[in-house]
Amino acid sequence: MELADIIIKFVLVVIIFAISLLIALYSTYAERKVAAFFQDRLGPNRAGPWGILQPFADGGKMFLKEEIIPASASKFLFIAGPSLSIFTACIGSAVIPWGQQLTIAGHVIDLQVTDINVGVLYILGVVSLGVYGVMIGGWASNNKYSLLGAIRAASQNISYEISMGLAIIALLLVTGTLSLRQIAEQQHGFWAHGWFTWNFFKQPLGFLLFIVCAFAETNRTPFDLPECETELIGGYHTEYSSMKLGFYLFSEYINMFVSGAVMATLYFGGYNFPFMDMIHSPNLVAILGVVALFAKIFFFIFFFMWVRWTIPRFRYDQLMDLGWKALIPLAIANIVITGIVITFLNR
Amino acid sequence: MSTFYFIAFLSIFFSILVISAKNPVHSILYLVLVFFTFTIHYILMNAQFLAVVNFIVYMGAILVLFLYTLMLINLNKESEPRKSGLIKLAAVVGGGCFLTTIIAALKAFKISQPVMLQDPNLGLVKNLGKILFNEYLLPFEVSSILLLSAMVGAVLLATKDPKTT
Repeated sequence: MELADIIIKFVLVVIIFAISLLIALYSTYAERKVAAFFQDRLGPNRAGPWGILQPFADGGKMFLKEEIIPASASKFLFIAGPSLSIFTACIGSAVIPWGQQLTIAGHVIDLQVTDINVGVLYILGVVSLGVYGVMIGGWASNNKYSLLGAIRAASQNISYEISMGLAIIALLLVTGTLSLRQIAEQQHGFWAHGWFTWNFFKQPLGFLLFIVCAFAETNRTPFDLPECETELIGGYHTEYSSMKLGFYLFSEYINMFVSGAVMATLYFGGYNFPFMDMIHSPNLVAILGVVALFAKIFFFIFFFMWVRWTIPRFRYDQLMDLGWKALIPLAIANIVITGIVITFLNR
Repeated sequence: MSTFYFIAFLSIFFSILVISAKNPVHSILYLVLVFFTFTIHYILMNAQFLAVVNFIVYMGAILVLFLYTLMLINLNKESEPRKSGLIKLAAVVGGGCFLTTIIAALKAFKISQPVMLQDPNLGLVKNLGKILFNEYLLPFEVSSILLLSAMVGAVLLATKDPKTT
């Protein structure tokens, strides 16, 4: 690998990292504005015009507050919990293709950090690792509410990972590859061979299952039982204060961003947009593709918020019933139907 | 090769920490690290699929369940059963016998021939799938039946007997 390539990759990583943090920062603002809109209020409007400096005020508050580590907590794990949580949230974006190749001054720049050929499985692995941050933090707090929250998080994540994996298997039957770059390439444009190219139109049920599981994996309402305040005070982060609490809350928003990107790439064409073949400059197509991908991601983030302020929380047994008795059978049926249809079409 | 020795050292180091940690939850967390080093071993051997599956299944699911159980039953010093002196003596004798056997077995030890992979790309998803579903179809299906029977057994154990309730 040449030095120039290493520098390009490094810059790309830094840019993606900065964008994830910036989007997470402004998701907190958007969440409050969306909530205000749904509840017929104004929302934050004091810090700066329309309150757009509010996230920085909140962040400053988080950093400056007193840091409290409970006397009975296991100190190392108490700090490791939120660190692990935000670390796993940030590494998920490494395999996502953000756009087509850019060519600047003879250098071909891949808008993707790495194209490993098991990209989809890498995402699943990162998702499954995410629960450790919550579990370790909840256990190390040495508080029964935190422990209950941690245990709920573990059982919920494991249950919904299964249906998520099964939903992805049906998608893989259609795509025939595990590389996210190739999956995005296959969905080129919008219409080809008499059918939509985007995987959503080939796997509508699979997408529905995937988005339900994505809600459960990111601990968003209606599946936010690990931090259900009516029963568990604050759930796994009851004992946390200052920026360690901030990391837990922040990782939720980064997870939302990454899962939005994954859903856009797997099911909604990634960086492809309709009529992209009518533009002849490859660089322009690449840049518009990045814009299209981010538009899709923002829609998904808005959808996460829309659901949060519309639907009440599930009861715990309802959550388990939905996961094991509805989603898993549906996912298996989806695999069988997809298999039959593909065999039939390939005749 | 030096990478291998470093990772192998880490594997053994964390394994020792697993059995020597006082707190069972810490043991499980060290076990997570052991499995992570295994994932790196698989990547070094170019078995990407196995590496990722080891990551998802062992680190992401099985050990989370271990951790879950240990957190739920909350083992600590007070709840640990006291062992009598006789059992400790029996354990020492048993361990000594095992050590003798191991040392005796070491006498017949030869330097192993490293297995040369016929196809270094075997670990990639496509090749692995083709081999599993062509050459090794029968063992693959038989092991799936084994897993199914284990699952049925677990459900049977977990369901309450209608007569006793």
